[in-house]
Amino acid sequence: MLTKKVKSRILFLFFIFIFSIAIIFFIIKSLNQNILYFSTPTEIKQKENLVIGKIMRVGGMVKENSITVNEKNIQFVVTDFKNEILINYTGTVPNLFAEGKGVVVEGRISDKNFFIADRILAKHDENYMPPEIREIIKKNVK
Amino acid sequence: MLSNIGIGLLVLVLILSFLTIYYASSDLKISNQSIKKSIYKLSLFQTTFIILSFFALIIGFINSDFSLINVYENSHTAKPFFYKIAGTWGSHEGSLLLWVNILVIFSYLFLVFNHNHNKKFRLYTLIFQNILIVGFLFFLLLNSNPFNSIYPIPSEGLGLNPILQDPALAIHPPLLYIGFVGCSIYFSAAMGSLLSDYGGKLFALSIKTWVKISWCFQTLGIIVGSIWAYYELGWGGFWFWDPVENASLLPWFAITALMHSLIVLEKRNILYSWVIILCLLTFILSVMGTFLVRSGILNSVHTFANDPSRGIYILSFLSLMIFSALIIFFKNQKKEKYNFNLKSKETFILANNWFMAFFLVTVLIGMLYPIFLDVLTNIKISVGPPFFNIVIIPLVVPFMFLMAIGPKFGWIKSQNKIFYKILFLILGAIVVNLFILYFFGKYSLMSNLIFIAAIFLILYSFLDIKKIINNKNKTELPRIISHLGFGLLVFFIGINHQFSLEEDFNLKVGETKVTNNFNINFEDIKIKENKNYKAVIGNFKLTNLKNNLVQYLNPEIRIYSNPETLTYEAAIKTKITSDLYLTMSNVSRSAYYNIKFQKKPFMIWIWISALMISLGGFIQLIFRKNEN
Repeated sequence: MLTKKVKSRILFLFFIFIFSIAIIFFIIKSLNQNILYFSTPTEIKQKENLVIGKIMRVGGMVKENSITVNEKNIQFVVTDFKNEILINYTGTVPNLFAEGKGVVVEGRISDKNFFIADRILAKHDENYMPPEIREIIKKNVK
Repeated sequence: MLSNIGIGLLVLVLILSFLTIYYASSDLKISNQSIKKSIYKLSLFQTTFIILSFFALIIGFINSDFSLINVYENSHTAKPFFYKIAGTWGSHEGSLLLWVNILVIFSYLFLVFNHNHNKKFRLYTLIFQNILIVGFLFFLLLNSNPFNSIYPIPSEGLGLNPILQDPALAIHPPLLYIGFVGCSIYFSAAMGSLLSDYGGKLFALSIKTWVKISWCFQTLGIIVGSIWAYYELGWGGFWFWDPVENASLLPWFAITALMHSLIVLEKRNILYSWVIILCLLTFILSVMGTFLVRSGILNSVHTFANDPSRGIYILSFLSLMIFSALIIFFKNQKKEKYNFNLKSKETFILANNWFMAFFLVTVLIGMLYPIFLDVLTNIKISVGPPFFNIVIIPLVVPFMFLMAIGPKFGWIKSQNKIFYKILFLILGAIVVNLFILYFFGKYSLMSNLIFIAAIFLILYSFLDIKKIINNKNKTELPRIISHLGFGLLVFFIGINHQFSLEEDFNLKVGETKVTNNFNINFEDIKIKENKNYKAVIGNFKLTNLKNNLVQYLNPEIRIYSNPETLTYEAAIKTKITSDLYLTMSNVSRSAYYNIKFQKKPFMIWIWISALMISLGGFIQLIFRKNEN
């Protein structure tokens, strides 16, 4: 038979085990609710069940001569050299944002051609290119 | 020339490391009390040479010696003197040299300052530290050598990224590195302790100071980085749960847990294995974090493939480290008796450790999950701030309660009757919270709880301070300052988060915008030539419509020539109660300037309370010295 001491120890370990499973489950669950998917304009075009209003990220190159500004918004076109999407953005642009450069924006899609961005992701280095965009260029240019 | 000197010095250090390992191993067999003088000398020479090599690199940067690739890539003759020096650790190669420097210096200091401890333990620690030094030196020499030369010698360098040309960011890496690499010494000490069977209280005493040193510097380093992000990156925030920030937070959680359980080991001689695990974990997380950031794996695994040598070397070295650490740990592990009473200080310290472990696991999952998902399914995701906020913030509430009452309990078993005091203070906190709610506006239930818990911790700390003034017993003071700092930090972040104003709009020169009781008039722009950049300075007249106070803010757009980059400098008016924050940027081919206006209450207090946390540690360090 198990002694009282061993029994209480088993019980203790059991509780720890259940507790950690509950915690991991809780973490993973909130993780799944808060992940941001990254898409390219082409992926958005091809997607059939597009969730409108869910926060996501879109990346590509800012098309040459596409930036227009009025007193409220900035609009520009993001392209992956196959498809493009029009971005509407309110806010300040990061210092390395320019036409012909790579960009990642975060916001909500309103239809397949129009995206409302809350944020343009800042970069720290002019030579740095988000790996996602580097891949797009590799795939679509040449 | 400089290249040869630098590489020569590094090779010398490498040879000295091997010699130290050899002599230390042979000295292990001799059973007398003191370590051979020659080992001290070897270690001293090693330290001298590594510092010299660092100075050689600094000289290269000061003289703009472009025969070194590293100087060519990261410096420029027109750069201000201060940033020429700071450029030394601005690049991957230079910072790795700083890394090895700290490894060596700490190795020597540990050897010298722990002379009253067990000989075998000190020798094993020295051996392991030197194995680490050898590992990183090989990496430095073979893969990321800052002294590699270039021929023909270019006449001008490429320049340092302008965003790094900032005082806060110049001291940020050395601070963080002392914090992160400082952990190496108790990683080695933990291994030494296992192998020499030198555990318990004495082991705790031997590493205590080192844990505190690295904790203080880590905390300070993270704060400085955060301050930099606030005024340099132009979005007005200071923490974004970005993978790079998370990488610095992981070892901080581990080291904070370690610092607390070390007290238990010192006073009660229990939790030895747990302390060892934390010692190992802290350094492993430091190495992991630094290199996930440095090799670019954190953004995507595909970057990894671009520089496979750098990543693979570190990955294999890291796995070797973890693997051998685990083997040594399980081979030499000792059975311990745990005897905990629920109402005792050690239980509360253990609770701290559980919370730290929870925070650590959460951040780790949030950080690594995108990498795994990308490898396994090729889906690209990122984990946003909401995840961390949802998971971590609720736990901060009980955490702060325990932080306030935990230290009140005595060791082993406590009969402390503080129930009524707690109840009284909670009521006090609720009343203060209601005041805020009544005067300033509504917020969510979770925010209410956070405020109550934070105010509770603050009130409790004030009572403790009052007691100290009465008793004149100052030993508790550093702890109280740090805990009070944490309470204030959470409180002010909460206030700041709840009551910040933010407005984005575009203006032409001469136009006026009215928003949130402010009249913002974009009066004119001026152009100013500086040594290495041209500044476009905007002049904004802000009129507070409530009290008609007029203020001028001058944000800048800086155009750097080497490398050709734009940066936006925020104009920040700091006051005791709030910061006014204005950034201006220009969108190409347009007369419109892009304006972000923010009013952030109690911003300065966030920095002050964060600095208090690390100040507590520094006070304790100085205090301890006087005691001995």
